Amino acid sequence: MDLILPSSGLIFWQLIGFLALLYILIKFAWKPILSSLEERENSIDSALKAAEQAKAEMANLKAENEKLLQEARLERDNILKTANEASAKMIEDAKQAAISEGAKMIEAAKAVIENEKKAALTEVKNQVAQLTLEVTDKLLRKNLSSDAAQKALVDEMVKDINLN
Amino acid sequence: MFRKFLCLSVLFSAFLLTFSTPTFAAGDEEDKTGFIMHHIKDSYEWHFATLGHTHVTLPLPVILYSSDRGLEFFMSSDFQDPETHKFGEAFGQDVYYIDDHEHLHRADGGSFIDFSITKNVAMLFLVVIVMGYLVLSAASHYKKNGVSAPKGIASFLEPIIIFVRDEIAQKSIGPKYKKFVPYLLTLFFFIWIGNLMGLLPGAANLTGNIAVTATLAVLTFIIVNVNGNKEYWKHVFMTPGVPVPLLLVIVPVEIIGLFTKPFALMVRLFVAITAGHIVILAFIALVFIFESYAIGVVSTLMVTFLNVIELLVATIQAYVFTLFTAMYIGGAVAEHEHH
Repeated sequence: MDLILPSSGLIFWQLIGFLALLYILIKFAWKPILSSLEERENSIDSALKAAEQAKAEMANLKAENEKLLQEARLERDNILKTANEASAKMIEDAKQAAISEGAKMIEAAKAVIENEKKAALTEVKNQVAQLTLEVTDKLLRKNLSSDAAQKALVDEMVKDINLN
Repeated sequence: MFRKFLCLSVLFSAFLLTFSTPTFAAGDEEDKTGFIMHHIKDSYEWHFATLGHTHVTLPLPVILYSSDRGLEFFMSSDFQDPETHKFGEAFGQDVYYIDDHEHLHRADGGSFIDFSITKNVAMLFLVVIVMGYLVLSAASHYKKNGVSAPKGIASFLEPIIIFVRDEIAQKSIGPKYKKFVPYLLTLFFFIWIGNLMGLLPGAANLTGNIAVTATLAVLTFIIVNVNGNKEYWKHVFMTPGVPVPLLLVIVPVEIIGLFTKPFALMVRLFVAITAGHIVILAFIALVFIFESYAIGVVSTLMVTFLNVIELLVATIQAYVFTLFTAMYIGGAVAEHEHH
């Protein structure tokens, strides 16, 4: 058989063999392989994109959370500040009120004492007057018996009603 | 260590050579290297080895068709001397016989067509079966598992498939590459597996046979020209930017160019694979010519080395054939030709 002269038999079989192989492989191998390769590439692509998106979303969420937290902190500080102020004011007010009330009460007490004192003095005076009248009365009655005794009695009486 | 050993054996063999030169007779030379061409060429039987006087061969069918005798079937062993296994005119069947050079003749001079399952055809069937098995079992993985990661044969073939699709088809053909990927894949794997299996001991030189490379080149030629678009044909028959008188020269050149492209494909693969086989066998033949152990060591080392090179060549030639096919297709389907 010749080296550089193609033989008809081999060409015939090669054509049949190769074309049959080509047909079978295209139909049963290359098409499913290539399509599933493409599908896989697409799915990897989309998965990567989705991951990227999820990452961006996470970052967004985190930033938002941070912002919310910051806002909450600010608000808390504000609330604390106003509460402090309010309590301080209340304490101050209460103090003022207590002081003025105390002053008023002292004032009133003083007035009452003064009144009581006056009343007591008046009472005492009245009593003294009464006693004096009684004593005078008794003295007057005793005087009838003895002057000396009368006098002694009056003195004693007078001594008794010492003005406090 | 290895280098020293190599140098030493070369020196030693050169030394022995001077003594062994007169030992071989001039008449034996033909016999000693004859197996090289016998391996390179096609054959009606598959000869594996000769152990002493026993020929280990696989007889193959001989199928012949002629208009007057119709279709006839024989076995290659029908045409041989049962003792020596030699072909010859004396062992013919009816009007057919195979001569010493493995040419089939018809004694009465009539015409016939030879459809024999020769050694290369048998090899072709083997390659088709191996390749079909490999690719189909890979495909079954994809059918079963869908888009999951490849395993087994699929994971071995997948990088190659992606390489052919992305690096060869997409880059050379452009946006319309998808239609041609299956052909390019089949071409690549057929040539590659054919080259590799051809390197096995006892295998036939399938991809180094001109009939095989010619068939592949013709298929490429058909695919390129069937898919040629308007611009491609305009470029051939009315090359733009060329004055009319010059077209008389350019157009025939362009038309010849259509045929030289596949011709180059055919010759390149044929020569690369055949030359590789010849070189390897030549180194093996040295052992029989010089009949020296030292030469045996050297040629074994060289044959090992050349086999490794041939593994590379097998892949490169498959790549080059596929790449050029893709480039020719790319030139035929491109929308914007570069002038």
